Amino acid sequence: MSEPDDLQAPSGPAIGQDEWVARHGERRSQRAGLIGEIEERARRAPWWAWLVLFVAAFALLPVVSHDGYIRRVAFDTTLYMLLALGLNVVVGWGGLLDLGYAAFYAIGAYAYAMLSSPQYGIHLPTLVSIPIIVVIGAVAGFLVGLPSRRLIGDYLAIVTLFFLQITQTVLTNGDQIAGHDLTGGANGIINVDPLHLLGHPLVVQHGGVFAVTYLYISIATFAVVYLALHFVNHSRTGRAWRSLREDGLAAEAMGMPVNLLKLMAFSFGAAVAALTGTLFAALQTSVFPLQFSFPLVITVYTMVILGGQGNLAGVTIGAVVVWVMLEFLRDPGDARILFYVVGVLAIAFAFGRTRKLAVLLGSLVVFGFAAHAIADAINHDWVSGPAANGFDHALSHWVIIPTGLANWVGPVSYIGLVCLVLALTLLPARVRYVALVPTIYLGTFVWENVLLAQPDATRYIILGVMLIGLMILRPNGLLGERRVEIV
Amino acid sequence: MAAAPLLELRGVSLAFGGLKVVSQLDLHVAEGEVVSVIGPNGAGKTTLFNLITGIYEPDEGDILLNERSIVGLEPHQINRLGVARTFQTLRLFLNMSVRENVMAAAYGRTKAGVVRSMLRTPGMRREEQEIRRLAEEHLSFFGERLKGYRWDQPAYSLSYANRRRLEIARAMATGPKILLLDEPAAGMNPVETHEISELIARLRTEAGFTILVIEHDMHVVEGISDRVVALDHGVKIVEGTFEQVATDPRVIEAYLGTKAAVTK
Repeated sequence: MSEPDDLQAPSGPAIGQDEWVARHGERRSQRAGLIGEIEERARRAPWWAWLVLFVAAFALLPVVSHDGYIRRVAFDTTLYMLLALGLNVVVGWGGLLDLGYAAFYAIGAYAYAMLSSPQYGIHLPTLVSIPIIVVIGAVAGFLVGLPSRRLIGDYLAIVTLFFLQITQTVLTNGDQIAGHDLTGGANGIINVDPLHLLGHPLVVQHGGVFAVTYLYISIATFAVVYLALHFVNHSRTGRAWRSLREDGLAAEAMGMPVNLLKLMAFSFGAAVAALTGTLFAALQTSVFPLQFSFPLVITVYTMVILGGQGNLAGVTIGAVVVWVMLEFLRDPGDARILFYVVGVLAIAFAFGRTRKLAVLLGSLVVFGFAAHAIADAINHDWVSGPAANGFDHALSHWVIIPTGLANWVGPVSYIGLVCLVLALTLLPARVRYVALVPTIYLGTFVWENVLLAQPDATRYIILGVMLIGLMILRPNGLLGERRVEIV
Repeated sequence: MAAAPLLELRGVSLAFGGLKVVSQLDLHVAEGEVVSVIGPNGAGKTTLFNLITGIYEPDEGDILLNERSIVGLEPHQINRLGVARTFQTLRLFLNMSVRENVMAAAYGRTKAGVVRSMLRTPGMRREEQEIRRLAEEHLSFFGERLKGYRWDQPAYSLSYANRRRLEIARAMATGPKILLLDEPAAGMNPVETHEISELIARLRTEAGFTILVIEHDMHVVEGISDRVVALDHGVKIVEGTFEQVATDPRVIEAYLGTKAAVTK
């Protein structure tokens, strides 16, 4: 660093010399022992080392497990990782609230289906169709961006949401456009070719088990997209995108063509989504309009926000966490274990290693058995719900699971729980602590009798609860860096 | 004046609805000059900057840069023609590092497209190194005040005075001919204010910028200005050397009201 001559070095601490404070983080001593050593090493590992490790973990999955279901979940996870990466360009870097993101996913999937199915009798080789589809996606993103480039925030959200709805409407009614069947309508396009590499079709099922090839292709695609986006992020374009997110007016005044940059962000995100759609359609060998609806957008948003907007590694982790959790919740048995483990951990985390924690857990157990005994004494039907063995069996002596639950009990207990939780936030600390016991117990009752019965709705309720919890603990997402708002 | 001015405003007017913010303003800044704009709050000083940088378009009149009209151009185009500014309210890219703030501003001076960036071609990497060096050079301009260990920290971690310095460094990185500084000494302590005067002098002599500056601190204005322009209600009331302007009764009236009102 060259220093101008006429600024003589100050003697003694000068005003504004806060180097000591600013460098505090560097001097913070590392933790002792092996954990500290590992922490230190991990902190120093370059970004690409993590990427290699992560991709290798996915690639080794089929070696470790021959379970077709696990492979399939891993494949779906990589699709969501890709979608999250693409949305991150628009939302995390560009700062543009795009609620129509699933439309580009649909465009990619339908483009692949149309270019490789009997629908039009076209069967392009994959290596030809993929570049075409990526360009189609980018152009679609550009076109949606055109009317939106002067819109920000809520207005942009409305326009993009409208675009998603219109895409779905067109796809659903596309079988009667001027008497021609263009999109297969609500029945979608079926008999789509699997991916073709160098003339060989890659079958999806191999001896009844999900073929590993698709997992390898999707994880390789992920690695390529991740690398490309990482490099773009550390180029003038990436910096300009982030400048635009931070302060559009200042970016414009500093020579960055803001409108063009917005269009580029849209195009980029859309191209990634379209590419992902291709993999999806090839694997499903069919596409339907309903697969690209608004809940998908919400799921991908959750991944991006939960992982940390603007951080590529973060949104990837976010996609893994959210999708694996949603899969877990599909199966009532797994969901139940997840619920109780996370529940106990959350309570333990909230109270730390204190006597309060022991008292709370103790009184929860006692309260549960007492309530169970009282219910049993009044009417045995109230506690005669299905009880399996092991964990479930022990549980059925504690939580009340009636048979032949009256219709009104479910909604009433659910609403009651919501009211109780809201009331808890208003109560003074001491009363709240006592009231926590029946609230948690009611929570388990609602979980067992209401939520477990409707897994589809429950998955999204849990997702919402998780987001709220995370936003309190880590407002910037798992790997998100601390961010400040411009005031 | 022999040579044509670098920046010239001819009869520029702007109204927001019925409110005339700037009316019939003539202004010229010659190459290498430091011109200060003073005036009470609401006199139209920042609006003047917004007009020059293309954020607002004038209702009437013309703005010329090197004898070429820049009216109707987008702000980023005007920036690339050689006009850079700082903001009175500080508009940094707060969640980016100090170095990135400056590097981002070099956007208009670089060419590497997205595809080249994705492939990290040798040309792109060279360019990247070049703007990195450029950014560090601009940051080094502030010497002890904005030291190297700060450059990788996020901009929000900077003190208020350093944020002002970073805004200047960012404006410098766009490669301008003329710098528009909007109250560079606002919110600074006396030592820092004194430094700002020296800094503006160095921006002219060492970096070779022409400077148009809005400033309230009369010591700063006195120390730096070749010429002072006083605005009130969007009208230029006086123009001349600091002594001429500072002693002009119209300027005193603009700041303090009429004499009758003051004595009462």
